[in-house]
Amino acid sequence: MMSALLAPIQELLGPVFPLVWTLFKIVLILVPILLSVAYLTFWERKILGWMHVRIGPNRVGPWGLLQPMADGLKLFFKEVIFPTVADKKLFIVGPVMAIAPALAMWAVIPFSEGLVLADIDAGVLYLLAIGSVGVYGIIIAGWASNSKYAFLGAMRSSAQMISYEVAMGLALISVLMVSGSLNLTEIVHGQAKGYFAAQGAGFLSWNWLPLLPVFAVYLISGVAELNRAPFDVVEGESEIVAGHMVEYSGMSFAMFFLAEYANMILVSAMVAIFFLGGWLSPVGFLPDGLFWLAAKISAGLFFFLWIRATFPRYRYDQIMRLGWKVFVPLTLLWILVVGIWMMSPLSLWK
Amino acid sequence: MLFSALRVITASNPVHAVLFLVLAFFNAAGLWLLLQAEFLAIALIMVYVGAVMVLFLFVVMMLDINIERIRQGFWRHLPLGATVGGIMVIEMTTVLTGMYFGLDNFPAQLADAAATAEGSNTKALARILFTDYVYPFELASVILLVAIIAAVMLTLRERKDTKGMRPADQIAIKRSDRVRLVKMASVTESNASSLTDTLDAATDAKGGAPQ
Repeated sequence: MMSALLAPIQELLGPVFPLVWTLFKIVLILVPILLSVAYLTFWERKILGWMHVRIGPNRVGPWGLLQPMADGLKLFFKEVIFPTVADKKLFIVGPVMAIAPALAMWAVIPFSEGLVLADIDAGVLYLLAIGSVGVYGIIIAGWASNSKYAFLGAMRSSAQMISYEVAMGLALISVLMVSGSLNLTEIVHGQAKGYFAAQGAGFLSWNWLPLLPVFAVYLISGVAELNRAPFDVVEGESEIVAGHMVEYSGMSFAMFFLAEYANMILVSAMVAIFFLGGWLSPVGFLPDGLFWLAAKISAGLFFFLWIRATFPRYRYDQIMRLGWKVFVPLTLLWILVVGIWMMSPLSLWK
Repeated sequence: MLFSALRVITASNPVHAVLFLVLAFFNAAGLWLLLQAEFLAIALIMVYVGAVMVLFLFVVMMLDINIERIRQGFWRHLPLGATVGGIMVIEMTTVLTGMYFGLDNFPAQLADAAATAEGSNTKALARILFTDYVYPFELASVILLVAIIAAVMLTLRERKDTKGMRPADQIAIKRSDRVRLVKMASVTESNASSLTDTLDAATDAKGGAPQ
């Protein structure tokens, strides 16, 4: 039916049709993401407010619902200030490099059965590779600002991100081992099989249960990778102000902000796909669908906001210790455990 | 890619040079993607762009490089550089025009056809690495491991004045190690004088606090 509807457009556009159609799909993915980012900031402030027994934003629009729009407008009309001896080109490249990977990674996320922009075989590798590029935005921004605060903040945050990328990558290896594929759709399909799925309790067949330690490591590393509380040492009002974002204002600051929140949604989407069964329904009698993925992403996001309101910050050396001396050995050990488990007669993944 | 590679050596600012090198890696990865080697292309971005170049950038940003002094030796070092470059060009042409030199008898070339037929070249690559090339592969990883340990050993020095922590000790600490509770009588008008006595006794027990 879809192709029948598209046929006249295809004829009209001729050879450029694939290009236009892909661009259309990209817009179809990006617009909801940017809207979710806007309302995630609102939701974060609301949740933090409730957890602090405050009200949160409630002035702009009904229940404060227009607050993100007001914030966006304010940032849009603010002047972008260039520090006097800043490297002007790189100063602009910085925020672009921060937001581009955050949005590019959505290309391989499968939203539902077949609902994916690029169903590539090396999807997980693509996520890891593009994710590691995000560090450049921070380093370039820190360096180009020509400010000591910005530079120190960039150093801190990029060192932290690189360290936790190692733990995240190693955690994913166990997932790849049990699903035997680098394709994200295949990984979700792999979680639909198993004893409990056949019994109608699919949520017990998802990867989070057999890979529980890895799931915990991935989730915590995800928070650290995002530079979110309790690992938000990139910002510190009393030491380095706003880290690499000190010198940015207006839309260039907004781009860092968008990148951070888009990455938050992305990390929860990745957690949902790798460990929580993607778009699969938790119980047998309800249908699978996009709705479930959205629900899982929202739960992940709530978790991020929740721990921000709950935990005190880590000290920097403790963050590094946790990443290198706890998570990396733990994931390496679990790779070994999963390997032996898969080869033993008790294997769940046949 | 040629442009960005050229800018790596011509950019006056070393940080710009490193960033152009990153761009060159991206272009190389793009070329490999077009050659249907998606695993290699993505691994290139992941390893070189994502990890190696970031650390490189760290180091370059930290260094205080005097550009004028580097420029001085340009003509003196040119012959050596040109020789090395020339050898590399010759090697590359030998590999790229391998069909004329009989290089296509290597197993990798033979497996190549199988890989493209199968679709996922990650699987094909892994199969070759762990069967035909398992010893060279393991040897390479052991050499890398030795290099890692050597690098750590060379740079690791135990500083005497470091305030390193032992997290196990920190966790095992008990309240009695840090806080000492002093019992005191409640304060009323009548026993105010006896309170100061108790306080004095407490400071004495601590080893005499400064008054």
